[in-house]
Amino acid sequence: MKPAAFDYVRAESLEEVLDVLANEGTDARVLAGGQTLIPMLSMRMARPSVVIDIMRLPGLDRIEGAEGTIRVGAAVRQRHVEQYANLVSSQPLLAAALPWVGHAQTRHRGTVCGSVAHADPSAELPLVLITLKGEIELRSRRGSRRVAAESFFIGIMSTDCGVDEMIEAVRFPIARAGVGYAFREIGRRHGDFAIVACAATVDARTARLAIGGVADRPTVRDLPLPGDPGLDDALDAFAWDLEARDDLHATAEYRRQLVRRLGRQTLEEAARCRD
Amino acid sequence: MTADREDAAITDGAAGWVGRSIPRFEDAALLTGRGRYLDDLGTRPGTFEATILRSPHAHAEIEAIDCEAARTADGVAAVLTGADVIALTSSLVVGVKAPLECWPIAVDRVRYVGEPVAIVVASDRYRAEDAVDLIEVRYRPLSAVVDPVAAATADSPLLHPAVNSNVVGERTFRYGDPERAFAEAAHRVRVEVRYPRNSCTPIETYGIVAEYDAGEDVYDVLANFQGPFSLHPVMARALKVTGNRLRLRTPPDSGGSFGVKQAIFPYIVLMAIASRVAGRPVKWIEDRLEHLCASVSATNRVTTLEAAVDRDGRIMALDFDQLEDCGAHLRAPEPATLYRMHGNLTGAYDIRHVKIRNRVVLTNKTPTGLNRGFGGPQAYYPLERLVQRIAIELKLDPLDVIRRNLVPTSAMPYRTATGALLDSGDFAAALEGAVRDGGLADLMARRDAARAEGKHYGIGFAAVVEPSVSNMGYITAALTPEERRRAGLKNGAQSTATVSLDPLGTVTVQVASTPQGQGHRTVLAQVIADALGLKPRDVSVVADVDTAKDAWSIASGNYSSRFAPAVAGTARLAALNLRDRLARVAATLLNVSPADIAFADGRVAARSNPDNSLPFSRLAASGHWAPGTLPAELGQTIRETVFWTPPQLTAPTDFDQVNSSLCHGFIFDFCGVEIDPTSGAVRLDRYVTMHDCGSILHPAMVTGQICGGFAQALGAALYEEYAYADDGNFLSGTFADYLVPTAMEVPEPIVLHRESPSPFTPLGAKGVGEGNCMSTPVCIANAIADALSLDAIDLPATPAKLAARLHGPEPERAQPSRGKA
Repeated sequence: MKPAAFDYVRAESLEEVLDVLANEGTDARVLAGGQTLIPMLSMRMARPSVVIDIMRLPGLDRIEGAEGTIRVGAAVRQRHVEQYANLVSSQPLLAAALPWVGHAQTRHRGTVCGSVAHADPSAELPLVLITLKGEIELRSRRGSRRVAAESFFIGIMSTDCGVDEMIEAVRFPIARAGVGYAFREIGRRHGDFAIVACAATVDARTARLAIGGVADRPTVRDLPLPGDPGLDDALDAFAWDLEARDDLHATAEYRRQLVRRLGRQTLEEAARCRD
Repeated sequence: MTADREDAAITDGAAGWVGRSIPRFEDAALLTGRGRYLDDLGTRPGTFEATILRSPHAHAEIEAIDCEAARTADGVAAVLTGADVIALTSSLVVGVKAPLECWPIAVDRVRYVGEPVAIVVASDRYRAEDAVDLIEVRYRPLSAVVDPVAAATADSPLLHPAVNSNVVGERTFRYGDPERAFAEAAHRVRVEVRYPRNSCTPIETYGIVAEYDAGEDVYDVLANFQGPFSLHPVMARALKVTGNRLRLRTPPDSGGSFGVKQAIFPYIVLMAIASRVAGRPVKWIEDRLEHLCASVSATNRVTTLEAAVDRDGRIMALDFDQLEDCGAHLRAPEPATLYRMHGNLTGAYDIRHVKIRNRVVLTNKTPTGLNRGFGGPQAYYPLERLVQRIAIELKLDPLDVIRRNLVPTSAMPYRTATGALLDSGDFAAALEGAVRDGGLADLMARRDAARAEGKHYGIGFAAVVEPSVSNMGYITAALTPEERRRAGLKNGAQSTATVSLDPLGTVTVQVASTPQGQGHRTVLAQVIADALGLKPRDVSVVADVDTAKDAWSIASGNYSSRFAPAVAGTARLAALNLRDRLARVAATLLNVSPADIAFADGRVAARSNPDNSLPFSRLAASGHWAPGTLPAELGQTIRETVFWTPPQLTAPTDFDQVNSSLCHGFIFDFCGVEIDPTSGAVRLDRYVTMHDCGSILHPAMVTGQICGGFAQALGAALYEEYAYADDGNFLSGTFADYLVPTAMEVPEPIVLHRESPSPFTPLGAKGVGEGNCMSTPVCIANAIADALSLDAIDLPATPAKLAARLHGPEPERAQPSRGKA
């Protein structure tokens, strides 16, 4: 469990990061909190020739309100967002989901953008981002672009981020009046990868449910409101459409059953939480 | 023990240090990062580091290994394969008569994922791992077998062609008249159980620094080996040296073991050879991936157990069929897991007729070895499941079935049908005490209330005897009486302790107990302080081992919960021997009779005139400064080593009666669980565990042992499994796959005690370290079975397994697919 040799770049400016990414392409990896990359290096599952540490860059460690969103920079640790003033009122879904991300110890190291970049299909933060219709800000030497979360996640640990791009920030839309938010998750132990994670928003006319841990990416669908007789069938169809698979911890059937049951409970909780 | 000593023990003990929860001397260093673990100790300049190439296949022939690129890689000193190792070693000794070889590295064939294939020795671990990537191995995959039942069939893939079967050991045993008991029984009740594979996963992994001295042909090895030191001769023979040419040392601290660090011994052989080939000391620290995949596992076992039962639920006879899966190689001391419980296979119950069929089978999985509970979880799971099934099938209260079968106190010491001598205890009183003080009536009311609300709530019970201080001869029960006679009878559990006095008159104790955090040094200081009238702080304790200098025996080490009953007691005997000699010196100096001498408060005084006294240190130093003044017949008063082996630990008899352990504690557990209707997750509502481990030397440490064993048992019950795919691929390779419960998942059990001192140990203590690993998995399983009305349940009881029962069959999909979501 020792990494193969690599060059370490402690970037002093964003330009330096983007230059290295442009020059090295797939041989370069961005290091932020290191909660995923470091074990992957040690297990030699990742063998970049250059690791670019972005944690000392000025300006990337800011959380700020921007255009009706909470904008979280690439160097912001998960724990800092968790402790962000008024998070529960400004974005209750994010506040509800963050305690499910690993453990307090790992959240002190791990970054929000790192979790989004890694795109584990069971990760909570990508799930929250697609539920809220958040955005990812990508930056490269070619310029900047913003991508809707729903089109950012492509598959297992696969995203729309180009080889020369880095995530500069992600944006979580702030809570809207009249909308209820809820998050529920079932894992083997607290802090484990979710077997099924559910995030929901419910307003007067629409119910929106996102499921993590089942398909190859976090997946969101608009569903009938709780109380609508069509909800059961719609949840059943959603459960089947996610194409769950067996693994060591749970069967596909178990996951489908949880999508039906936990999905309904999450929607009902979100409906109850409306103003 | 002589009569006057017993009196002294009582006098000292009544007001003494033993039995008090004094702060642990170990903790100041351990809690401030100053522990001296193997990897903290540093190495000699020029020491190389090794890494191991491991098999990705469960079963394959090695057609070719090309190491040339690795040998010439930057920093590489040596590359060894199986051929290099067998040229310099002999096969590890195997504990059955089958013509099996057991090498510490793959020779021509790999038999489990993770089996060592090559060793790279380099200037550092990074370069060694770089070079490992350059080794090219051509494998010819073979069919693998992971299921022990399939492996035992005639058409199974064969692991060791030299043996014509994967079943490498088979014995049957018969005690009393089981056939008649079954023929006359009112009922027959039967359970079939598959006990899974798991491990106790210590925080610190294996670590070794090995050095070969070519001039003297001596291997000097520092390793966080835990014992048993019966493996020292196994290693010396494998290395083809005499015993005095394998010097084995252990570091002062070891970061947990729970049995697991027994199985470092094949790696000690490998690294010793690597050092010899490389010509310099070689260090190897096992990493976590290696540890989970290939260190060692507890055995998985398939058991069919049937009982002959009378109308009232009395068990008249038991019929065991045990199929023990030891993995790919039968490594010493296996098949010990199967035989450690042989004497107490009837548990806490008075059952006189027993039939046993034991088979040992090899499969394409990691070889097995010691693991906390060693054989207990596998044996008690079917037995206590059976007791619950008897109650259900006969419509009796499970508690009454337990009560009716417990060994009565009047029968103590009680010889079991299979040969154990249960030393002491009042099982019925302990059970009733737990029912009363643990609040069973309240728990029953909670169950009623929960069920009235439609919740899934259940209560489980388990009663077990916890064996400790293993008989070194029990493993020979794997051989027939005839084979045993030919091999020479083995028995006993030789324990050692040395008490020394220095020129300033202070006391040092050395034992070969290799603690891994248990607090041995604190307890020994208490024991010696009591014996010599000192304070524990006055006593210095050394518990690491150097086989070249220390008193040790094959029974040395930290296993079978032998510290409190055997090691601590032996230390007391050594201190008392020294004290008696010092008393005679003091009698001369104080001009009184030796019987009038008392040791208390750091002084030695005449009982009849306490003012007539001298400091202990002055008396203790006299053996150094003025040996000529000592009575000649006394000999020296500087150092006393005692070797103690209990006479009760006799060799297995010609009738296969096996007194497998010296002491037998008693445990009675009950618990309430509630199953979440959505997830199927088990919430432990309350867990009560009653222990009788004889005399308690340090209450807080006993509680620590119980809570630690309980946590690991909870893991075994609900979370942990070394899982394999059907093709032998290993599925639990990281801590994200092999789930150890954290503080978040482990509730605090309610711990209750009775104390029935063992008449067979110097301090009356029995072992307590492993009991909950034996009782808790089945107690939780019984509660889950009660909650969900399950006839059968296998561990780990994962939410997905239980939810299948809760959710019922899944309906067909109602609507056609909308395509991929």
